[in-house]
Amino acid sequence: MGIEQKLGSMGVVTYRLEDLVNWGRTNAMWPMLFGLACCAIEMMSTQASHYDASRFGMELMRPSPRQSDLMIVAGRVSRKMGPVLRRLYDQMPDPKWVIAMGDCASCGGIFNNYAIVQGVDEIVPVDVYVAGCPPRPEALIDGIMTLQEKIRGEKLTTWAEK
Amino acid sequence: MTIPITAEDDTVQELTVEELRAKYGSGMTIESEENMLLSMGPQHPSTHGVLRLLVELDGETVVNLANDIGFLHTGVEKNMEAKTYTKALVMTDRLDYLAPMSNNMGYVLAVEKLLGVEAPPRAQVIRIILLEMARIGSHLVWLGTHALDLAAMSVFLYCFREREYILDVFEMVAGQRMMVSYFRPGGLWRDVPEDFVPAIRQFLDFFPAKIADYEALLKNNPIWLQRTKDIGAISGEDAISWGLTGASLRGSGVDWDIRKSHPYMGYETYDFEVPLETDGDVYARYHCRMREMWQSLRIIEQALARLKPGPINIDDRKIVPPPRAELGRSMEAVIHHFKLWTEGFSAPTGYVYQSIESPRGEFGCYLRGNGTPKPARVHFRTPSYVNLASLPVLAKGTFIADLVAIIGSIDIVLGEIDR
Repeated sequence: MGIEQKLGSMGVVTYRLEDLVNWGRTNAMWPMLFGLACCAIEMMSTQASHYDASRFGMELMRPSPRQSDLMIVAGRVSRKMGPVLRRLYDQMPDPKWVIAMGDCASCGGIFNNYAIVQGVDEIVPVDVYVAGCPPRPEALIDGIMTLQEKIRGEKLTTWAEK
Repeated sequence: MTIPITAEDDTVQELTVEELRAKYGSGMTIESEENMLLSMGPQHPSTHGVLRLLVELDGETVVNLANDIGFLHTGVEKNMEAKTYTKALVMTDRLDYLAPMSNNMGYVLAVEKLLGVEAPPRAQVIRIILLEMARIGSHLVWLGTHALDLAAMSVFLYCFREREYILDVFEMVAGQRMMVSYFRPGGLWRDVPEDFVPAIRQFLDFFPAKIADYEALLKNNPIWLQRTKDIGAISGEDAISWGLTGASLRGSGVDWDIRKSHPYMGYETYDFEVPLETDGDVYARYHCRMREMWQSLRIIEQALARLKPGPINIDDRKIVPPPRAELGRSMEAVIHHFKLWTEGFSAPTGYVYQSIESPRGEFGCYLRGNGTPKPARVHFRTPSYVNLASLPVLAKGTFIADLVAIIGSIDIVLGEIDR
């Protein structure tokens, strides 16, 4: 039984536009296929058969920033990679969100040295931090669901102003 | 400390030919100004990390190629100098993050060599089981991503399904799925739990059928054969002179395996073969690694039969901390515990080089001690770094589409290239 039969007798559905848009954004997120280091392997595990991120509407990883709306910074960001990461973020169309996956992306982790950017929030605005070295796939999924929670509460005007 | 990084700083991507020449020197020669210069990476799905390739293209043919590495430079070696021998161990996990067990092993063996100690037999057998599990786990990621690059999606899903089992075993023994730090100088972090042996037995039972599954998907698949046969071929002599190791070398017919030539951990007492192929192309390297998985299963089976109860650490309180139970009744143990966890153990002055056969090839650890609890210098000879250097040779004259297959076949991990 399709939705049109369910709704057929009702004719018109009224709904808050904001909720509807956020619902759409939440459940069809296209993350960028952007692996940096160890965490990228756990991100692949999240995508693969056992954990299956498509249950959360994000089975489609896009290697191109132009087609993605979520950047999962999976791994340590070196000073050489920093400008590249910023450029990728700038290339993503609005609305866009960032998850800092793992300790290195969140705060530098165990690599407190000359080479590693101490937290990717020095370069791009981060929405959700996922702790762990590397975080388990469950932790990443939890981070994604936290982000979805956040998006559900967003205002349409937030992105219109930018 | 905040160093602002903005998009304006970005000059990496937009270099002119003259600047490229200045930057890469003899590493990148450009034959004709009319050819197209393509920057592939660092954000690319098939470079297996943040590798950037500069490709000179004549139509679709690769004329020249230069590697641009360092996008994941982490300063691991320098950082290790600031840590005690035990604490530095956690840095080695993050080098080759597909087989952290192997990295741990290379480093721990080097420390043990410097200290002049050897782990007890039970520890050695457990190490070998886990090393070979790590080899299979690493090959599964390699196979999955390599096939994914060549548009075979289902292999990836199957490989990661079995890899989860291996990671569960690692988690069972070490408490962590990937960054295990389980091998310690003098033995192991702790003994394996009771479920360990049944879990490995179960793995030995079901895994052969899974390898057969992967081979059924790929081995005689015409698309796979077309994409891999006669692509990126290298002769045995060239492979040696480019310093290739691991399956990338054995695919060219050179019989060289550190487990056989410089045995460690008693590998010489195990009965296994070193798979060799003669063609030296992408398919040969693929086939070599597939056959290596069978050999790893053989080794695990033999090691399981040798697993006898016994100590898992050497009986030297200056190196290995005392068991928890001893702390309550022995002042000596409390002192040792305190000294080891605050100061660490001192290694004698001198230097050692220890190499092991990691899933990617010869993983070597050069270690220099100066009588203090911290290493004076640590250096890693990582197989991916050396194997990657041969990419310009392998890729010369091939199509740009085959470049992806070649990168996959030399099985690089950027973590240990840039370290």
